[in-house]
Amino acid sequence: MKCRKCGQVAVMNMRQHKLALCAEHFAEWVPAQVEKTIHTYKMFTPADRVLVAVSGGKDSLGLWDILLALGYRADGLYLGLGIDGGFGYSDESQRKCEEFINHFPDSPIPEPWLPTLHTLSIPETYGEAIPAVAQRVQRGRGKPCSVCGLIKRHEMNRIAYELGYSVLATGHNLDDEAAVLFGNTLTWQVGYLARQGPVLPAGDGFARKVKPLCRIYEREMTAYCLVRGIDYIYEECPYALGATSIAHKELLAELERKSPGAKQNFYLSFLKAKEGGLLNDHQVPPATMHACQRCGQPTTAPGLCAFCRLWISCT
Amino acid sequence: MPRIIYRDREWQVPANITVQDAIKKGGLNPEIVLATRDGKLIAEDVHLQADEVIKLVAVISGG
Repeated sequence: MKCRKCGQVAVMNMRQHKLALCAEHFAEWVPAQVEKTIHTYKMFTPADRVLVAVSGGKDSLGLWDILLALGYRADGLYLGLGIDGGFGYSDESQRKCEEFINHFPDSPIPEPWLPTLHTLSIPETYGEAIPAVAQRVQRGRGKPCSVCGLIKRHEMNRIAYELGYSVLATGHNLDDEAAVLFGNTLTWQVGYLARQGPVLPAGDGFARKVKPLCRIYEREMTAYCLVRGIDYIYEECPYALGATSIAHKELLAELERKSPGAKQNFYLSFLKAKEGGLLNDHQVPPATMHACQRCGQPTTAPGLCAFCRLWISCT
Repeated sequence: MPRIIYRDREWQVPANITVQDAIKKGGLNPEIVLATRDGKLIAEDVHLQADEVIKLVAVISGG
């Protein structure tokens, strides 16, 4: 297989695009696709300060690398969750983020600006690791993922807002989005379907949330990290093993094998249908927001936000 | 014979087989892994030489 651009040996074949590329041209192609996505969905401009939520995994570190290569002023935010899993999962994840930014070779943005990694340890800040919190509250019974999601959303938004970032970017790729769409379609969760999209607009006290990788396959992000030499945490979060989202991804991968482009068509035709008004009757008008009495973060009901109720309920 | 390594599994395949067929011989969907040789990405149409070692990298992560 030859690279379509230069005729050298291809390392990556993207059947859904009928496109094979060598390592060099693939490493250029991915950022170009992400740049198109950023423009298409009006995610942000070079004037914005972007905070990238990094986990040490391939998607978030790959995204940070791409945004820096494209010349955006993107800093990273790592949240230490206190997950061990027998191999120091959180510590290792943080190390990958630190190694990435310490060795980031050639920022195209001139001095004095240099990308920064912000870190926050949940156990050090709030006194307890996520798995321990999850064991003691109703929300986390069985698995801590729900508690983890709530804490991460709150802290990412708080830190983005307090540090003056206009945009919070996450590394959700097309497979993540297609798996969520698939799960919500199986149960016709129209409220969730109406909210799913590449951009969640800024609101009172909320930074804009964007997913610049939403049109990039997970396979392509893995390949991107390999050709760029990005050292990411390969081990899965111990609590993600057996997750429904992984089962959905495997099903969609089977579909993709038989019908190249199926995942992409599923997600992009959903976005197009939504844009055409398919779910207009299910759009929830923006709620009146209140400041949480404890942390000051916006919340839909007067009183305490879900994050503060969580910590109070487990003390 | 070429050896294929994926997580804690390992299997052998006949020489000159393609990467894609070697992946299928391990019962895997080629959509969910990428193949590397000496840490470098290789495409699925590459024919494997005797005695070489191919490591497969999982693509799917979740949670």
